[in-house]
Amino acid sequence: MLNPHDVRKDFPILKRKVNDCPLIYFDNAATTQKPIQVIDAIKDFYENHNANVHRAVHTLSQEASELYEDAHDEVAKFLNAKGTEETVFVRGTTEAINLVAYAWGLHNLKKDDEVVLSMMEHHSNIVPWELVSRTGGFKIKYARVNRDGTLDYASFEKLISKKTKMVCLCHVSNVTGVINDVKRAAVLAHEHGALVLVDGAQSVPHMPVDVKDLDVDFLAFSGHKMLGPMGIGVLYGQRDVLGAMEPFEGGGEMIKDVSFGRRSGRCSIAWNVLPWKFEAGTPSAGDAVGLMEAVRYLKRLGMENVKRHEEKLTTYALSRMQECSEKVEIYGPTDSSSKCGIIPFGVKGLSSHDIALFLDSFGIMVRSGFHCAQPLHELLKLNSSARVSFYVYNTPEEVDKFVEVLEEIGQF
Amino acid sequence: MATVDEYVSRIDGTCGKEKDVIVTFKYEKRDEAVKTILGRASLKKSLAGIIFELEFKNHSFRLYSSGKIIFRGVESKSELNAILSALLL
Repeated sequence: MLNPHDVRKDFPILKRKVNDCPLIYFDNAATTQKPIQVIDAIKDFYENHNANVHRAVHTLSQEASELYEDAHDEVAKFLNAKGTEETVFVRGTTEAINLVAYAWGLHNLKKDDEVVLSMMEHHSNIVPWELVSRTGGFKIKYARVNRDGTLDYASFEKLISKKTKMVCLCHVSNVTGVINDVKRAAVLAHEHGALVLVDGAQSVPHMPVDVKDLDVDFLAFSGHKMLGPMGIGVLYGQRDVLGAMEPFEGGGEMIKDVSFGRRSGRCSIAWNVLPWKFEAGTPSAGDAVGLMEAVRYLKRLGMENVKRHEEKLTTYALSRMQECSEKVEIYGPTDSSSKCGIIPFGVKGLSSHDIALFLDSFGIMVRSGFHCAQPLHELLKLNSSARVSFYVYNTPEEVDKFVEVLEEIGQF
Repeated sequence: MATVDEYVSRIDGTCGKEKDVIVTFKYEKRDEAVKTILGRASLKKSLAGIIFELEFKNHSFRLYSSGKIIFRGVESKSELNAILSALLL
């Protein structure tokens, strides 16, 4: 079992105070804090191994390249992917989804084709498809969401047809924490010949995710939401699907040969092998090393333990919040077994920003606003929401302090 | 001559229909700014010396002792600047 009090010792930032109060960090769905192991790994890379990767034969470049490749390998094993060729490093979930929307969507989606999304998606899984559809002319259909924030599977299933070429769904909603049955979605999509892209930004950091078991074609997630640095993320893609795709960006690293024919004067280009075909330019190697260390840290904790810890803490927080004054409203489902450690809430008469600023005065960091998911807020008839989201270092004692302050806000 | 910029560190607009504007004062100036504003605006209600609901020249807003203000319904940068000037300078 995971002991958050032990885990906390690895996180230097948790020792600081904010507004003269001990820091309580409940904004983990936005980004997580970093353990000393990750900070040290990045520091070690720049102090001892820094060089451009896959570019030179000198010792430093060889060391940096090995570390960079090891990072791909570590991530591939973490996801139970077939190998490193299925793990493309990108800046984050947003870039991963844009990569698929442009590199696959632009070349494969025609006028009468359809892409199916849900109304609970983060803007990063809506806007790229809407942008590409302006060029490609294909249709986008949105599956409905129930009043409690869960996916309306009947609506979703009705939208899937022979016209559907891509199904995009978040594994876990970043607003409500609801876990979607992406395995079920993948079976249905594949029956109709469509591909499946899963936004795993809020699932990969919090639960065991096995891409073979889920049988999805793409999985996108960010390093910074799973103890790693900002600026590095992953696009998992099935080998055959990635192999058949055109590259996203052009430049160094993603090519094997670029030459001009002597007679024709034409440029001929051969792409590099996977995953480098999709990693144009100098990669963020130091961040990749940080991500590798973050993955190792999570593996040591055990993803089942991470999931159980968050479930327990969420159950506790939900029960304590329900004891609060009637002014405190919890949005979305209150059954913690069907969701991750994310709880959206409001206080009658106060905006979400008021709530966040009041909590901030006590050193408690929560998110406020739309959380980049405006359509879902409109659907749930919310102007905005405050959101607490937990991770491996959060404790029941922190929840108690949060509830104490929440009770006080209710008196305003 | 003093300007609003001497006090203000950041101005953030929120997305959506509410269109809240959040003004953050510079750390070294926040206590002075909070004290000045509390002296000029009329207090409607407050809680724990942390949050103050205030009114000033037909504008209702919330001031935080941590050095932030939330305005709602402010239409433009110039309107915001005029309110802040009147509150601070």
